[in-house]
Amino acid sequence: MSSRYVTVDGNEAAASVAHRLSEVIAIYPITPASPMGELSDEWSANGKANLWGQVPRIIEMQSEAGAAGAVHGSLQAGALTTTFTSSQGLLLMLPDMLKIAGELTPFVLHVAARSVATHALSIFCDHSDVMMARTTGFAELCSSTVQEAQDFAAISHAATLKARVPFLHFFDGFRTSHEVSRIVALEDEQLRAMIDEADIAAYRSRKLTPDAPVLRGTAQNPDAFFQAREACNGFYDAVPGHVQAAMDRFERLTGRAYRLYDYVGAPDAERVLVLMGSGSDAVRETVDYLVARGEKVGVVIVRLFRPFDVATFAKAVPASVKAIAVLDRTKEPGAVGEPLYQDVTTAFAEAGRAARIIGGRYGLSSKEFTPGMVKAVFDELKKPAPRNHFTVGINDDVTKRSLDYDASFDLEPPEVVRAVLYGLGSDGTVGSNKQTIKIIGQEANRYAQGFFVYDSKKSGAITVSHLRFGPKPIRSTYLVKSASFVACHYAPLLERHDVLESAAAGATFLLNTHHPPDQAFKYLPREVQEQVLSKKLKFFVIDAFKVAREVGLDRYISAVMQVCFFKLSGVLPMDEALEHIRHAVEKTYGKRGSEVIKRNFAAIDAALANLHEATVPTKLNGALPRPPVVPKEAPDFVQRVTAMMMAGKGDLLPVSAFPVDGTWPTGTTRWEKRAIALEIPRWDPSICIQCNKCSLICPHAAIRTQLVDPKSLGGAPKSFVTMDFKAKDFGNAPSGAGWKYALQVAPDDCTGCGLCVNVCPARDKANPRHKAIDMAAVEPLRDVERENWKFFAELPYVDRTAVGPELKASQFLEPLFEFSGACAGCGETPYIKLVTQLFGDRMLVANATGCTSIYGGNLPTTPWSKNQQGRGPAWANSLFEDNAEFGLGMRLAVEAQEQLARSLVTSLAPKLGDTLVRELLEANQDDEAGLAKQRGRVQALKEKLKGLDSAEAKRLLGLADALVKKSVWIIGGDGWAYDIGYGGLDHVLASGANVNILVLDTEVYSNTGGQASKATPIGAAAKFAAAGKAVGKKDLGLLAMSYGNVYVASVAMGAKDAQTLKAFREAEAYPGTSLIIAYSHCIAHGYDLEHGCEQQKLAVDSGVWPMYRFDPRRIAAGEAPLQLDSPTPKTKARDYMKNEGRFRMVALRDPKRYEDLVAANEEFSARRRAVYEQLAAVHVTNREKGH
Amino acid sequence: MAVDLSTTWLGLTLEHPIFPGASPLVDDLDMVRRLEDAGAACITMHSLFEEQLVAEQMAAHRHLDAWTELNAEAQGWFPSTADFALGPDAYLEQIRKIKAAVKVPVIGSLNGTTPGGWLEYARLIEQAGASALELNLYALPSDPQQDAHAVEQEQLFIIRKVKATVKIPVGVKLSPFYSSLPHFARSLEAEGVAGLVLFNRLYQPDIDTETLALNRVLHLSDPSELLLRLRWLAILSSRTKVPLACSGGVHETEHVIKALMAGAGAVQVVSELLKNGPRRITHLRDGLKLWLEEHEYDSVRQLSGSMNLERSPDPSGYERANYVKLLQGYHR
Repeated sequence: MSSRYVTVDGNEAAASVAHRLSEVIAIYPITPASPMGELSDEWSANGKANLWGQVPRIIEMQSEAGAAGAVHGSLQAGALTTTFTSSQGLLLMLPDMLKIAGELTPFVLHVAARSVATHALSIFCDHSDVMMARTTGFAELCSSTVQEAQDFAAISHAATLKARVPFLHFFDGFRTSHEVSRIVALEDEQLRAMIDEADIAAYRSRKLTPDAPVLRGTAQNPDAFFQAREACNGFYDAVPGHVQAAMDRFERLTGRAYRLYDYVGAPDAERVLVLMGSGSDAVRETVDYLVARGEKVGVVIVRLFRPFDVATFAKAVPASVKAIAVLDRTKEPGAVGEPLYQDVTTAFAEAGRAARIIGGRYGLSSKEFTPGMVKAVFDELKKPAPRNHFTVGINDDVTKRSLDYDASFDLEPPEVVRAVLYGLGSDGTVGSNKQTIKIIGQEANRYAQGFFVYDSKKSGAITVSHLRFGPKPIRSTYLVKSASFVACHYAPLLERHDVLESAAAGATFLLNTHHPPDQAFKYLPREVQEQVLSKKLKFFVIDAFKVAREVGLDRYISAVMQVCFFKLSGVLPMDEALEHIRHAVEKTYGKRGSEVIKRNFAAIDAALANLHEATVPTKLNGALPRPPVVPKEAPDFVQRVTAMMMAGKGDLLPVSAFPVDGTWPTGTTRWEKRAIALEIPRWDPSICIQCNKCSLICPHAAIRTQLVDPKSLGGAPKSFVTMDFKAKDFGNAPSGAGWKYALQVAPDDCTGCGLCVNVCPARDKANPRHKAIDMAAVEPLRDVERENWKFFAELPYVDRTAVGPELKASQFLEPLFEFSGACAGCGETPYIKLVTQLFGDRMLVANATGCTSIYGGNLPTTPWSKNQQGRGPAWANSLFEDNAEFGLGMRLAVEAQEQLARSLVTSLAPKLGDTLVRELLEANQDDEAGLAKQRGRVQALKEKLKGLDSAEAKRLLGLADALVKKSVWIIGGDGWAYDIGYGGLDHVLASGANVNILVLDTEVYSNTGGQASKATPIGAAAKFAAAGKAVGKKDLGLLAMSYGNVYVASVAMGAKDAQTLKAFREAEAYPGTSLIIAYSHCIAHGYDLEHGCEQQKLAVDSGVWPMYRFDPRRIAAGEAPLQLDSPTPKTKARDYMKNEGRFRMVALRDPKRYEDLVAANEEFSARRRAVYEQLAAVHVTNREKGH
Repeated sequence: MAVDLSTTWLGLTLEHPIFPGASPLVDDLDMVRRLEDAGAACITMHSLFEEQLVAEQMAAHRHLDAWTELNAEAQGWFPSTADFALGPDAYLEQIRKIKAAVKVPVIGSLNGTTPGGWLEYARLIEQAGASALELNLYALPSDPQQDAHAVEQEQLFIIRKVKATVKIPVGVKLSPFYSSLPHFARSLEAEGVAGLVLFNRLYQPDIDTETLALNRVLHLSDPSELLLRLRWLAILSSRTKVPLACSGGVHETEHVIKALMAGAGAVQVVSELLKNGPRRITHLRDGLKLWLEEHEYDSVRQLSGSMNLERSPDPSGYERANYVKLLQGYHR
């Protein structure tokens, strides 16, 4: 059979096999394994059948624990079943995995290996997750490449059916799961030949059926358990044989040969590395290189990690070996060594072999693993006393365990074309590069590899594409270090990143810039000019934004830049390349209609005409160097550590630079000036009505309002504008003069989303298009506003005790959540920011994993910050699934310490003075004035305690701050609250504990890419609900109300901000559990988020999103606890739905279904409204009043 | 002898002159069948609006495609399987379905914005099986650099190109806003246009005085709108030989008769059908027949144009005198 090549990533390679060999697939999204589930869902939704002509049933569960349970049940009842997961997801599956293995059930679990969260979460790759599963009784088979991800998927499915032992098939997250590579496809006939129908029949014969009833899952006593546990031994003994037999069969079918432990290298090798996963390709590459230079080295690539086959492994290692280094991609603190090292050591001992064996760690959380590092390990083995338990790839300057390596060691063959392309997430760079890989991968004898690095920001994110093309399969599983082509698709990146770092001497440098070819050079930062000259780069320019704009593609420059890449790199003849690009455009956008294709074609044609070689002078022209990454007034830690990470040089930081326990300073986003907005708001005080709505809605706290004492205006820049404050609420300024009102934009922190301008109600009467704030091009405003902002940021905030309850006043409070990496126009962050303004200085936050934890806690810089007094939210993220419990725990700790402090105050009363003690213990801390007084008393207490020399006094000194009321907030998205964390959330709701739960409801899993949750509304298309969700949104609020003693609010800031504020204040003041469900518009809704507030209004006006407050305190007054804050619907759900892509997709795909779902949504909303109206009118009784 | 109700419209022989004009009625296949059962002489599709198609495609491109591959965790936020009908496919498919469902002719309708769009969609509508094509010549001139002549020349150019592209008869639906409608009608006649529809009813912007928003509204027609049509039917039918259709303000049999007398050869009805259902066609057709019989007319052809500028007993009534007379009447 002739080989058919496909260009796919590891996830698709594995899923294509799993889908064809399964009947039931239960899944739950988790990075980086989500695409396997999504693809399976997509295939099934399109009617793609498995090998037996049946379309696999896909079911999205509420968590990985749920998916594992469903898998277990499906296996018991006899269906061929699979699932996909990673990291924490795998951990949630462990209990079921032990059962599935204990019951000897054929099953394959495909894992994209990812770090398990420890001192920090990481979405990137290591083997800590699969190592957690190594005691489950699952066989573990490891793929190292995209090709193997496909091949080993087939081998595991075949072997598990033979062996009855379940398999965990894994490959490296991102490096393999997301690497796009050309591989040989597995055909259906080949797969069919791999599977023995008799094995399936045997499996089915063991299923649970009332026709032949049996019982599984018994409880066993000491008399039976041990022997019964040992009864499975024979099956485990047979696994290696079954796997090798499957590999042999596979080789006969495909010609691709694999062994359980593949040895590559010199037959007489003296130094050998042992490892598994994608790193083994880099080792192979290095071994080939070293062997060709006469070195006696080799590598054993471990495929079957569990059960570990001692004899076969020992046989795989050449008899000549003298020293072995075992590389583990995981860390097991406290162990003798990491798992693979221990196994190899034991295996060698058991096999009676002798060699010096050392172990080391590499590649944690996708740390680069390069030939230079591999060589360092081989070199170490040469030493008379090589270091054991080393690390490689980092600089451990604390415990000195790291090996030195030569970062410049490069062995990539010259015939491989290497390219590095810098882009912005929103410009389509990665998408078109994936296409480029596919185009080249179609060619005969052309191998292609694409790997993509993203930063962690959701707005203005930078992407770096690393592409390789060559005549032989590409084994370089690391980033391109030396490129013959470097492109920068967004010129301002040159100011912040060392884009040309990877440019090889004589390389081509392509820049998207509006400067003409004869001018472009002089606008390059000095460092870039130096590199262009010293490396003798060929410099080309194109004004891609202009080209894209002129053909009507907005800022979508991907097609333009792709054409330039082909033109300049010469990977393919240009005519051929153009034909392929056009074809790819048709294929990609065909479903979008002819106009999209037409405009992309026009862009392709215009690209070549606008690409020019730039003039490069012979010497520097005096350009300024790059500005420092952070200003010199930044704190020391930010200068030393954060700045390095911001510049993309974090890899160079030594161990000593880092906190030992994952504790980081807050308030660091203010040092990261990203300057990503093309337009920023411009204020016209002459029509401003000082409503402060702009400040309230700003997702990034980048537009702020402040009352200013005229006395403070002394050093103000000339351009700094204020106006008289119109209201009398705040009396006079401390200087006695009337307050001035200032509105200021942070030009480098604004994302240009436009929400502020959209909510601004103040229009020029004669020209209503002009508002009190309008969006204006950032140039030439930037420099002026930078100065203004700098001045504004230093102004003192008004005294919190003077701030009243109204909405306007809330915006004079300092936001303690600023400049996050959230999407431009994010609907969640305005709520978080408001909470910090109201309660931030005494707030603890438990944050569920998700968007909130990423824009809230992903390095290098984080938005949670401190006020001018140094107080601010203390924030922590535990897990996705346990956040409610995590927050409850914080509350318990707060109360325990408060209780202890109070009892110490009481027992020390004679020494502290009765008045202070009484006031401390009886303090009313219901408002800011009360809180301020209590802080004063605590200060006085501390002063007194310092003068006391008793153990009790010392204890109290450390606990005194606990006497100031704390506010515990539990924050997360709907995926957490409605699905994975609901069990815990429910328990916390029932606890009565004084915590405030804020659910930022985007109605979809936003962070992992738009999978449906139980909060997804009727009629919305989402992943796993591609046809439009048919079931109504879960009524989380009503479930919480059923407890009767939980404060519940449903809010939509964009519809009625005053109600949001009222709910936040009431919830916080409520001395029990509070739940706020907040409508949050999201890019996953598919429209321009500058219209987010208009959509929120429509959601409320149509009854799709009810607003209410359920306050148990009202029961005591004989009132119904529920108050409906949204009016009787004024418009139809249809009017709301028609504006959002998530609903429009359904309409365009199936108009009839859309109409049905619109009607269903309207009926659902009306029915819910009817229930609420009745609840709001209900007559309640209470104990005291007895009615 | 039975009265001859037949007429010719866009080169097609119709059993009688009354049929639904361009409207959303055609979106529902069942409604189309009911219209035919009620006696509709042909079916006119609503316009395929190039501007809308383009806007939808680009919006989807912007909102769905532009949000992909920008984050390590999410390669996109939407299911990629969705098979959107973003191009003209849904419209063309509807023509095919209607063709298969009814025996009467189906007339396509098109509003383009670019020369390429006019030609491409005209060709596709013909391929989908339309018996004739109505070009909805609605463009709002807001560019002070472009004079009236240039506007007309551009429209004539497009008509010429479309005529050269398709074989089916091509009609033109006009707005009343031309400096010299008779001259433009002559020019259209010279291009070989098979019929003119008087007039397009346009979405009009309305101002919300509270929110300062513009709302686009389209009210259903009422009989007062007929008068404008009567005048121009009367004038144009005496100045060109192109068949004319009346569109707008026809609700009762009397209106049909007036439109025909003024010079229409065909009468389109929309608002009346939307308000009172497809059976109104039967009512209007039967009413016309009865009236012709009672008034001893032989045929619709005999009636058509009998009261136009050329033939009416007092033609000055259609020209400026009309205004003078009214004012005099007012003073009296």
